[in-house]
Amino acid sequence: MSVFKHCCLMLLMAVAASAWTGASVAADAPAPAAPAVAPAAAAIAHEQLIKLVSGDGDEKLAVINALVVSGDPLAGRLLKALAEGQLQAAGSRAVIVVDDKVVDAITAEALPALAADHEEPIINNRLRREIDGALATLDLVSPLRAARLKAARALAEGADEAMQPLVAKALATEQDPEVHGLLEEIAAGMALRSDDRTVRLAAIAKLGEAGGANAKKLLLPLTVKSPDGTWTETDDMLRAAAGRSLRLIDGRLAWGERMGLLFAGISLGSVLLIAALGLAITYGLMGVINMAHGELIMIGAYATYVMQSFFKVHLSSYFDWYPLLAVPFSFIVAAAVGMVLERLVIRFLYGRPLETLLATWGISLVLIQVVRTLFGAQNVTVENPAFMSGGVSLLTNLVLPWNRIVIIVFAFVVLGSVALVLTRTRMGLFVRAVTQNRSMASCVGVATARIDTWAFGLGCGIAGLAGCALSQIGNVGPELGQGYIVDSFMVVVLGGVGQLAGTVYAAMGLGFANKLLEAWSGAVLAKIAVLIFIIVFIQRRPQGMFALKGRALDA
Amino acid sequence: MKRRQILKTLTLAVSAALVGSVPQQVFAQAKTVKVGVLHSLSGTMAISETVLKDVALMAFDEINAKGGVMGYKIEPVVVDPASNWPLFAEKARQLLTQDKVAATFGCWTSVSRKSVLPVYEELNGLLFYPVQYEGEELSKNVFYTGAAPNQQAIPAVEYLMSKEGGGAKRWVLLGTDYVYPRTTNKILRAFLKSKGVDEKDIDEVYTPFGHSDYQTIVANIKKFAAGGKTAVVSTINGDSNVPFYKELGNQGLKATDVPVVAFSVGEEELRGVDTKPLVGHLAAWNYFMSLKNPVNDAFKAKWAAYAKAKKLPGADKPLTNDPMEATYIGIYMWKQAVEKAKTFDVDPVIAAVGGQTFAAPSGFTAMMDAKNHHLHKPVFIGEVKADGQFNVVWKSKGPIKAQPWSPYIPGNDVKKDEPDGKSKV
Repeated sequence: MSVFKHCCLMLLMAVAASAWTGASVAADAPAPAAPAVAPAAAAIAHEQLIKLVSGDGDEKLAVINALVVSGDPLAGRLLKALAEGQLQAAGSRAVIVVDDKVVDAITAEALPALAADHEEPIINNRLRREIDGALATLDLVSPLRAARLKAARALAEGADEAMQPLVAKALATEQDPEVHGLLEEIAAGMALRSDDRTVRLAAIAKLGEAGGANAKKLLLPLTVKSPDGTWTETDDMLRAAAGRSLRLIDGRLAWGERMGLLFAGISLGSVLLIAALGLAITYGLMGVINMAHGELIMIGAYATYVMQSFFKVHLSSYFDWYPLLAVPFSFIVAAAVGMVLERLVIRFLYGRPLETLLATWGISLVLIQVVRTLFGAQNVTVENPAFMSGGVSLLTNLVLPWNRIVIIVFAFVVLGSVALVLTRTRMGLFVRAVTQNRSMASCVGVATARIDTWAFGLGCGIAGLAGCALSQIGNVGPELGQGYIVDSFMVVVLGGVGQLAGTVYAAMGLGFANKLLEAWSGAVLAKIAVLIFIIVFIQRRPQGMFALKGRALDA
Repeated sequence: MKRRQILKTLTLAVSAALVGSVPQQVFAQAKTVKVGVLHSLSGTMAISETVLKDVALMAFDEINAKGGVMGYKIEPVVVDPASNWPLFAEKARQLLTQDKVAATFGCWTSVSRKSVLPVYEELNGLLFYPVQYEGEELSKNVFYTGAAPNQQAIPAVEYLMSKEGGGAKRWVLLGTDYVYPRTTNKILRAFLKSKGVDEKDIDEVYTPFGHSDYQTIVANIKKFAAGGKTAVVSTINGDSNVPFYKELGNQGLKATDVPVVAFSVGEEELRGVDTKPLVGHLAAWNYFMSLKNPVNDAFKAKWAAYAKAKKLPGADKPLTNDPMEATYIGIYMWKQAVEKAKTFDVDPVIAAVGGQTFAAPSGFTAMMDAKNHHLHKPVFIGEVKADGQFNVVWKSKGPIKAQPWSPYIPGNDVKKDEPDGKSKV
C-alpha cells in the first residue's frame, strides 16, 4: 500500500472512529470524510460493493477496510456474504444470492432470479484473511464476552494495521482481563511501527512478556541484517530489546513444542495400541498368526462408514451421535466375520503356523477384493462428528486436536474393557485356561472349540473397534489394513507374546521413539531407525519385553 | 469316463462359441486398428488410473461413432499392469509384439513410465503419457501430454511469492520419498535461490509412502512459519494427503496463514476427503473441472453420460480432472496425426504429431510442440472449495511451452530440446 493511500485510510478511519463514539452513528458521521477517497462513512453504495466483486485485490481491501470503519450495521452481514461467495454483481447492483434466492445487498428487497451474465467474486486467501480480520475487528465491540475473546484471539494471530484505531477504541472500553491482555498484545504489535522510540520500546517489551509465534514474526525483522550487511533496525537499543524479547518468546514456544512432542508420542502410541490390541488376543493369546488382522480393522472402518452414511441419510439431525452406534456396530460386524473365519478355516489349522499364515493371508486378499467389489476401489469419506474437529488450544503454539484426544481415551477404555473381560469374567477365565493348557481345560469340562471361536471373535471385534477409531484420523479404503498389519505385529512381538501389559508398553514405547526420532531426523530415517532397533532387540530377546515365565505357553 | 466326456463336450461347446463369436466381430467391422490402454486397474494406483482407462474408452467410442480413424474403427486392447512396475514393461511388450497396437495410452507414475520406456524404444512403439511429471526425459517414442515442471510447479511458486498469493518468504518443500518429488524439489530449490530466497528459508521434508501420522511435520511447519510468511509446496502422493490435510485443519493451521499448494491433488483425489478443513489450500494444474467454457461443458456432459451409461463407480457424482483431459487430448492428437500421415506406421505418425492442435476442455487450444514432444498448455491455480471443486484464482496469459529440461538443473542448458532418437536418461 502506498504511503499516500495509507495516510488517507488512516485519516478516514480516525474520522470514522470518532464518529462512531457518537450515539447516533449514521446521522453525523459522513460530513467530515473526504468524499473523493471513499464515500464509505455515508451509506454503503452499490459501486463499492461491485468493487468487492470485480475489483482488483487492492481495491477490494480498501473497500473492506472502509466497510469496517464505517461502522455501518450492514458491514458484518455483507462481509460474511462476501466470504461465502454469496455477494454477487448483477449489472450495477450488488446482490446477495442464497440458494437461488436473490436479494438486494443493501435494502434486502427480493429480486427476480439472476441473468446469466452476473459476476461472482473470486475469493483468494489474501482476501479471506482480510475478511476474517475485518469480521473479528467488528466483533471486538460485541456485547458477548465469548465473541470478543474469539475475535481478540483471531487478531492476535496477525492483524491488519489499518484496524489500529478500532483496536485502540476497544482497548479503552474493554473490562474483561483476558480480552484486555490480548488487545494490549495486538496494540503492541501495531505500535512497533510507531515513530515514537519509547512507544516502540514499550511495545517490544510487551510482546516479549506475552507474545507468541506471531509476536516472534513481528520482532524477527528488527534483529536481522538486510542483504547488504547493514542492520534493518538501526537503533541499537531497540535491537537489543527485541533480542531479549525474542529469547523470552522462544523459551515459551519451546515448552509448547516439547508438550506437543509428548502429545504426539502418546497419540501415535495409542493408535498403535488400539491397532495391535486385537492381535494381542488372536496372535498373542491364541497363537494364530492372523495376517487378515489388518483387513478386520478395515472392515470395522467400513462398518463405521456404513453407519455414518445411514445417519447422514436418515438421521441427519443426530449426525454427531453416529459414533455411539458405529462403535458397537463395527465391533459386531468384525467379530462376526472373525467367528465365521474361525469356524470355516482357522480351526482346521491350529498348531500349523505356516499353513495358518498362508491361509489368513489368502483370506486377507479375499476380504480386500470383496470390499472393493462392494464399495469400489476408491476411498470413502468418513466425516468426523463436529465435536471431533478442531482442537483445544493450550499454549500459543500448542493445539491438541480433539480427534486424537478422543482416540487416546478410546484406546485406554478398550484396553481396560479387554483386561476386565479377560480377568474378571467366566469367559475370560476359560480363554486363559484354553490358551495355557488346552488338554487340561478340556478335561475339566471347558468346551474348548467354542471358546476358541469366542476368543477369536473377541480379538477380531477389537480389530473392528480399531477400524472405527482409525477411520477418524486416516483414509478408509480397501487397503487400509495393509498399513497397520506390520505395525501391529511389531508391537505384539516386541511387547512379548501372550501379554497384554507388554503390548501397552511396546505401543507407547514405539510411539514415543518414533516421534522423538522423527523430530530429530525426519520421518523416513525415524521409520528405518525404529525397524533396525526392533530387529536388534528381537535378536537379543526373541521372547519380547515381557515374556511369560515357565512352561505355560510352550504347549 | 463320464466326467471326461462332459469335460470334452463343455470344451467343445465353449470353443465353438468362441470361434462363432470372434469371426462375427471381425466381419462386422471389417477395418479395425488396435490401440493399447496401459493403466493399473488394481493395486495402489487403481484409484487414480482407472478413470483414465474409462475416459480413453469413451474417446474411442466417440471416434468410432463418427466413422473411426481414416475409416478404421478403433479396437481398444485394455491390459492391467496392476501397479507393478516390472509388469508394466511386460504388458507393454505384449501390446507391441502380440497385439501390434498402433499406439498406447498409459502409465501414471514416473517409475512405470521409466520401466516401459526401453520397450517402446527397442520396438519403436508409440506411447502417450498423460500425467504431470518431473521432466528430465525426452524420447522419440513418447508424447507427454501432462505438464512439465515449468507448466505447473514454477508458476505455482511464483504465484505464492506474489502479493495476491500472500507474498511467501519461507518455503517448506514437503513430499513423498521418490523420484518425482525429489526432482521437482531440486528444481524448485534452484528456482527459489535464483529468486533470492536464502538457504535457511527453505526446508525440505520427505515422508515414506503411505505415511499417515503428520503430527510432527505439521508442528514443525508451524514452528518454521513463526520465522516469517511461509508457504508449503506439497508433492505428497496419493491418499497420504488426507491425513496430512486433516492434521493441518485440526492443529488450526489455516490456508490464510500457511497456504499449501499441491501438485498431485485433484478432483478425483479429493473424492474420498472431507473438504471443509481444506478450503483455501491450492492446487496447480492445466485443467480444472470447474472451468467455465463451452468445450469443458460438453466434455463434462459427455463424461457424465458415459459414466452413467457404463454404470462406472462414482457415476452418481461424475468428476473430471487434469490427467483425464490430457488423455483425451492425446487420443485426438494421435487421430489427427494419423489422418495427416495417412498411415498408422509409427515413424510418419510421430513426425505428424508435432504441431497438431486441439481445442481442449481447458478452454485454450493445446498445441503439440513441433519438436519437443510436449504440449503447450495453460496453467491454472485453484483454491479448494467446500464442495471439493477448485476456484481458479490465477491463470497464465495463454498456453506455455514446456521445458522438459529444466534450466534450474545444472547441465541442462546444453541438452537439445528435441529427442535425438534415443533416450537421454
